Amino acid sequence: MVSENLVKDVVSEPYKYGFVTDIETEKISKGLNEDTIRLISEKKEEPQYLLNFRLNAFRKWQKMNEPNWADLGYKKIDYQDIIYYSAPKQKEKISSLDEVDPKLLETFDKLGIPLTEQKKLTNVAVDAVFDSVSIATTFRKELAEHGVIFCSISEAVKDHSDLIEKYLGSVVPANDNYFAALNSAVFSDGSFVYIPKGVKCPMDLSSYFRINSGDSGQFERTLIIAEESSSVSYLEGCTAPMFDTNTLHAAVVELIALDDASIKYSTVQNWYAGNEEGVGGIFNFVTKRGKCIGKRSKISWSQVETGSAITWKYPSCILLGEESVGEFYSVALTNNLQQADTGTKMIHIGPRTKSTIVSKGISAGNSINSYRGLVKMGSKAFGSKNYSQCDSMLIGDQAAANTFPYIQSQQPNSEVEHEASTCKISEDQLFYLQSRGIDFEEAVSMMVSGFCRDVFNQLPMEFAAEADKLLALKLEGSVG
Amino acid sequence: MQSKTKELDPILEVNNLFASIENLPILKGVTISVNPGEIHAIMGRNGCGKSTLSKIIAGHPSYKITKGEIKFTGNDIHSLEPEERAQSGIFLGFQYPIEIPGVSNLEFLRVATNARRKFLNKEELDTFDFEDLVKEKLDLVKMDSAFLSRSVNQGFSGGEKKRNEILQMALLEPKIAILDETDSGLDIDALRVVASGIKKISNEQTGIILITHYQRLLDEIQPDYVHVMSDGQIIKTGESDLALELEKHGYEWTDNFIKEQ
Repeated sequence: MVSENLVKDVVSEPYKYGFVTDIETEKISKGLNEDTIRLISEKKEEPQYLLNFRLNAFRKWQKMNEPNWADLGYKKIDYQDIIYYSAPKQKEKISSLDEVDPKLLETFDKLGIPLTEQKKLTNVAVDAVFDSVSIATTFRKELAEHGVIFCSISEAVKDHSDLIEKYLGSVVPANDNYFAALNSAVFSDGSFVYIPKGVKCPMDLSSYFRINSGDSGQFERTLIIAEESSSVSYLEGCTAPMFDTNTLHAAVVELIALDDASIKYSTVQNWYAGNEEGVGGIFNFVTKRGKCIGKRSKISWSQVETGSAITWKYPSCILLGEESVGEFYSVALTNNLQQADTGTKMIHIGPRTKSTIVSKGISAGNSINSYRGLVKMGSKAFGSKNYSQCDSMLIGDQAAANTFPYIQSQQPNSEVEHEASTCKISEDQLFYLQSRGIDFEEAVSMMVSGFCRDVFNQLPMEFAAEADKLLALKLEGSVG
Repeated sequence: MQSKTKELDPILEVNNLFASIENLPILKGVTISVNPGEIHAIMGRNGCGKSTLSKIIAGHPSYKITKGEIKFTGNDIHSLEPEERAQSGIFLGFQYPIEIPGVSNLEFLRVATNARRKFLNKEELDTFDFEDLVKEKLDLVKMDSAFLSRSVNQGFSGGEKKRNEILQMALLEPKIAILDETDSGLDIDALRVVASGIKKISNEQTGIILITHYQRLLDEIQPDYVHVMSDGQIIKTGESDLALELEKHGYEWTDNFIKEQ
């Protein structure tokens, strides 16, 4: 019974990150063929094995079909109408952050991610990616003292080629799926993290992805390797300007955890979502997967997905090592005509592996928000356990929420537990809070953050506050 | 009856109020005036419009006022949002308090209390100061502090929910409290706790409207006036003995008043 207009006003907050940085860029021409791939590889001065990896992926991609099983509707993507490499023009060699184009530094400043020595965030190291390239990484020296490598993947290809050759594509093979194959063929930059044996990374690591140009796609690639008994917490943030065209973002993230290692990967995704009529916005097709290779290793995904016109994303864990642990905590908020089809896959292979899934979907406006998840117990996964909880909250009468849990078990001695619920913010609840002096917006925001609490508790502290704020912002507006 | 409040301005005046929900008329000309320090009881059959009256005073958006006015401390409140009414000192104790999963009772009480304090130009309380305040008030309704860490009303028993309402009243210190069947669903002990809480909270400046079916609440809290409502109108007003008459004769007895009218 909540008045449609009221809710519409409340959940429609103007996008704050929609500005465009006016900067000279080097772009290659639109279109995708083997020459495009050779050109990208050449620009990045890559070794032969990597070019082969790309070409191999491209040939496979050409034979694949765009997946249509998700509950998503969108205009067909013209892959020949995309620019696959776009980089701000910079000096050839940059020896320090101070040589980075001030316009770029200013851009990240405006996004709340200051990079310069004087202003940089003190408790977190940042890799800033602008369109196709990484422009700066902070705290590299300090991290190096602990043996931690944190740099752009392009640099890693040059400086740590052995690790790249060993691990790239080892979790998400080039032909894994349509969008992963595309990424493997044309990926331009992203972050690389290596935590050596026994090291607890002294600070949180973070990548900030900024799409600036309207006609180029972003295809970043992230690879994180945690050696035996090491641990790291990694954060990822994303924003993009407002364009009335759709921009394709197809990323691949691979995580590898060896014996007793733990990786916590948190995302706050706030790509431009398009306007109220559903014009513009990012198409976000992302493959994220972690492999718990080692015994007692742990990979934990937390995500707060609020942006993008379309989100297609299933951060997953392959639980190979015995007693390894996979976790997935997700909040996905959709509004207007946004569509999200997101969830996870927990593949239990090793014995006594455990996984937890907590998914909270909030749908407002005319949006569609689907949870899609797979829990698989392999034949050797005896004594393994999964617990899944999928809750949906509807705001208004036009929004839709779906839950598609898939469960496959080949091991009778394993447990899979699934709980699901759907609720709606009711007029009675709102009136109750209002009748205690709490205004409408705050009432909605309190209920939404209450609904998401289980997930926010999993986020790193600064991130949790930011996520709460972000949801509040999305839900803020004049009450009509 | 005492004439203790005659010279004071009324806190609440409802004048010839007509209201409907989805074009169905519910209130058909209600008039009632509450002065500071007065306790009024409104009695009547289910569906006579008692709860509607209370919700309309609190600003429920589903009801439409078609005629008449509601004045709070002399000002017409028809354009005020429910939260503005609450902040300025109107309190509605719900017949069926609403469950709000995920929102902690403590945080809810704090935000509500601070909204009222802000209106009164009092300093807003941080979590620590608020906890001190709320613990003091918990005693009034004999509630355990474990209630604070639970979600608002979620999984509360009927009696716990009603006590939570009175706790809110204690924290918000309203000018007028309308308590909609606060006694329903309570056993005798819980009723005494709630009634004594209400008595401790109310003072010379507070006006109280008790909506009830039963004499037993009015045994605990003696009203100055009793109004009998039927089909959207107040058909009889008297002093506390009117409630006793009602108890004796039942609502059928009141049908005569309508005929008389």
